[in-house]
Amino acid sequence: MTDVQLDPTKRPFWTSDQEVRWCPGCGDYGILAAMQFLHTELDVKREDTVFVSGIGCAARFPYYMSTYGMHTIHGRSPAIATGLAMSRPDLNVWVVGGDGDMLSIGGNHLIHALRRNVNMTVLLFNNQIYGLTKGQYSPTSEVGKVTKSTPMGSIDRPFNPIALAAGAGATFVARTHDLDRKHMIEVFRRAHEHQGAAFIEIYQNCNVFNDGAYDPILKRDNRADMMINLTHGEQIRFGTEGNRGIRLVDGAAEVVDVAGVSESELLVHDEKTANPAMAFALGMLSEDNYSPTPFGIFRAVNAPEYGQAVNRQLDEAAEKNGPGDLSQLLRSLATWSVE
Amino acid sequence: MTDTAEPIEQTALDQVVIRFAGDSGDGMQLTGDRFTSASALAGNDLATLPEFPAEIRAPQGTLAGVSAFQVHISDHEIYTPGDAPDVLVAMNPAALKSELSRLRDGGTLILNDDAFDERNLEKAGFEADPRETGELDGYVVHRVNMTKLTLGATEDLDVKKRDAERAKNFFALGLVSWMYSRPTQPTLDWIEAKFGKLPAIVAANTAAFKAGHAFGETAEMFGSPYKVEAAKQQPGEYTNITGNVATAWGMVAAGELSKLPVFLGTYPITPASDILHELSRHKNFGVRTFQAEDEIAGVGAALGAAFGGSLAFTTTSGPGVALKGETIGLAVSIEIPLVIVDVQRGGPSTGLPTKTEASDLMMAMYGRHGEAPLPIVAASTPADCFYAAIEASRLALKYRTPVILLTDGYLANGAEPWLIPDVSTLPDISVEFATEPNGEDPTGQPVFLPYQRDPETLARPWAVPGTPGLEHRVGGLEKQDVTGNVNYDPANHGRMTELREAKIAGIASDIPPVAVQGSGNAPILILGWGSTRGAITSAAERLRGAGMDVDHANLTHLNPFPPNLGEVLADREHVFVPELNRGQLVRLIRAEYLVDATPINKVMGVPFTAAELAELIQSTVNNSTGNTNAANG
Ligand code: SF4
Repeated sequence: MTDVQLDPTKRPFWTSDQEVRWCPGCGDYGILAAMQFLHTELDVKREDTVFVSGIGCAARFPYYMSTYGMHTIHGRSPAIATGLAMSRPDLNVWVVGGDGDMLSIGGNHLIHALRRNVNMTVLLFNNQIYGLTKGQYSPTSEVGKVTKSTPMGSIDRPFNPIALAAGAGATFVARTHDLDRKHMIEVFRRAHEHQGAAFIEIYQNCNVFNDGAYDPILKRDNRADMMINLTHGEQIRFGTEGNRGIRLVDGAAEVVDVAGVSESELLVHDEKTANPAMAFALGMLSEDNYSPTPFGIFRAVNAPEYGQAVNRQLDEAAEKNGPGDLSQLLRSLATWSVE
Repeated sequence: MTDTAEPIEQTALDQVVIRFAGDSGDGMQLTGDRFTSASALAGNDLATLPEFPAEIRAPQGTLAGVSAFQVHISDHEIYTPGDAPDVLVAMNPAALKSELSRLRDGGTLILNDDAFDERNLEKAGFEADPRETGELDGYVVHRVNMTKLTLGATEDLDVKKRDAERAKNFFALGLVSWMYSRPTQPTLDWIEAKFGKLPAIVAANTAAFKAGHAFGETAEMFGSPYKVEAAKQQPGEYTNITGNVATAWGMVAAGELSKLPVFLGTYPITPASDILHELSRHKNFGVRTFQAEDEIAGVGAALGAAFGGSLAFTTTSGPGVALKGETIGLAVSIEIPLVIVDVQRGGPSTGLPTKTEASDLMMAMYGRHGEAPLPIVAASTPADCFYAAIEASRLALKYRTPVILLTDGYLANGAEPWLIPDVSTLPDISVEFATEPNGEDPTGQPVFLPYQRDPETLARPWAVPGTPGLEHRVGGLEKQDVTGNVNYDPANHGRMTELREAKIAGIASDIPPVAVQGSGNAPILILGWGSTRGAITSAAERLRGAGMDVDHANLTHLNPFPPNLGEVLADREHVFVPELNRGQLVRLIRAEYLVDATPINKVMGVPFTAAELAELIQSTVNNSTGNTNAANG
């Protein structure tokens, strides 16, 4: 073993010996790098970190981290991670999956893990397509998408993952993208620090089956007009020279020209707003890949974490009834003696 | 009225079977349960068979709404809830209509006369009043105005008429308690404890119970009370326990015996939910119970907890096992301990959710994709569920494998007296987690090889997160032998498949041989598994009593089979395999041992009776070509 493999502040320490098998050019590489670099900065132990995934391209992620890992079943990773995280609150549990894994077959588990506020960070690699099964439309593909399974175009209305997470009552909701390592690292770090379930949607390019899907937003030239950066406590402004802002009309967020409205109408971002309606409204701004789209942390609120709540009940029960005594338990119903 | 007063002489009985039947809303399960508890305290051996509709509130007064509870009490050892009841308590016409055919000829029928009005008769589908048509002539009929007498007994109390009327099941209980000389104080205490927060209900139920008891004593319609003496039982402390409670306690015990925290991931399903209910009351043992969003999440969470070092369980019934199949397959592949409890019920699909059946054996054996063998353990009596849960846990932990524990609706809700074991006699099932690297990489550095097996058990090391230096990844993709790295090599897949199979097959040397009751080399063997044990034991005793040379045996381990099973099956003229399914164990036996075993099948939602088994076996042996499926009518 070389020295860097023994140094937690160096990337090789966090890299497993397995060969990475994503397609060359896949956005997943950038996300993996960001995660490994984040860990060089975090004060966590390798043995206390577990990556859990389902099935799909993204779900190979755990094999490439040098931590503990579980590559499980399509859609079920939030449920499996729930059992791990609630029985081992000492661990850092990360859950990785794609849009098919998390939102289609695993949608039910995702919303329940989020509403329970189980201590885990869920990374949704959203590439708006099925990669591993070779190019069918996904629950985040746009209406009209022509794929192998939709030769005449998809007629399904897509999920908006941010709005879905907010609707499920997630206590931490964020979005980042695979081209900005620094931004990913910051968002991942905040999610890691969050107590409870954190949900991060990552715009990820599948260069084989859906290449450039996010170009209208993420191409250098488009960024100023299409990316809305959310910063807690600051007025939401974007566009060249910050000429555009957001205001709320009847609970819905809309993009406005700053010049055309009074300063007081412009929305100031508050990630601590208790009501998830705000995060939902901001999430709904991105109707498709041609709408200005917010990035950053939509929501980060405090709420009781599930595993701790479970442990509190164990402590309370032990306090009230004394620690478990098997012999007593077997005599806890009516008993009688035969001489 | 006191327990010690012996009003008049008592007629001794060696056993009696009583069936309480009424509308779902009449509290028959509770009545039967109380009678059972009082009998347990009186030292009788007993077995119960609760039967209730799947609907929570089936239309009142209809046949669909009939709920019944059968209890068999005895002064000697018994194995079944009894065949035909000696006494039937029918609280309404529907109960009479649906249950009468079970009552033995000349049996005692106690009717709540007040419920036999025109409307109820019509709802039950009687064209004429059966009390007047002569159709009850073959029975000893007692018509009792239970509703009126209950209202009378409670009229001076400050209770609503509706609550007073609802207490009539306690009247019935009081009456039957008098008839069979049951101690009354335990029931009075129980009423106080159960309804203590509602003084009016305590008063009404107490008054009704006492009135029923007094009615028996004074009405001069019942003659002298009967007495079933205490059974000769092994000395010790006893409790009366149902299968679901025993299963839950077995899970708690397995946690203590393995020194691991217990985790239950589950989803409510009849008839398994009571295990969750019971277990969730014992959080002081460090037991975590998780009611998941669905069956799949229940087993998923359990698997996640197992990866983290818990002793993990999931509890369900047949439909749930179907949903959990993919996760069980993953558990086979990643080789970590997990116990799946299947409380079997009538199927397919929703089937008969509240009725018993044992038709999931093939699913337990083969109901997964790919070659995915796992051990199967079956409980045979309500109390045996306790030991079966410990045994399933032992195998799961020792061999790092999912294990399916089969119980059924009859065991789950049925009860029996249980000699409480000394906990120090229970097995040590503790395991050691891996803590050190167990191999070297090509450069000679120490590494952890997650699939380097124990040469004896073929179990792989269990390294839990939090253990430094043993970080590893597991998953459902095929793994390279020893290293556990993802591997698609054909020869490796063949080898891993065989290793997984050999690991489970090897368990045969770690389980007790099947015990044969009888002479041991009788020409006839009755082989059963699970809850048929009681009926088979009784049937075998009857056949022996009739002069037949019969052996019988019951399997606890269904995969792998006990090592001596081949010998036990060899050289018999007849091997009968009674099952509450259409022939599942019999197929496994035939395939494995090439014996010409004869199936005896019943899928009617109720257990075998000893009489029907004995008759079928006798007639088959006599004719040698008889119809062994006659149990289905
Ligand atoms: S198919 Fe797409 S998402 Fe999957 S590895 Fe290849 S580029 Fe990445």
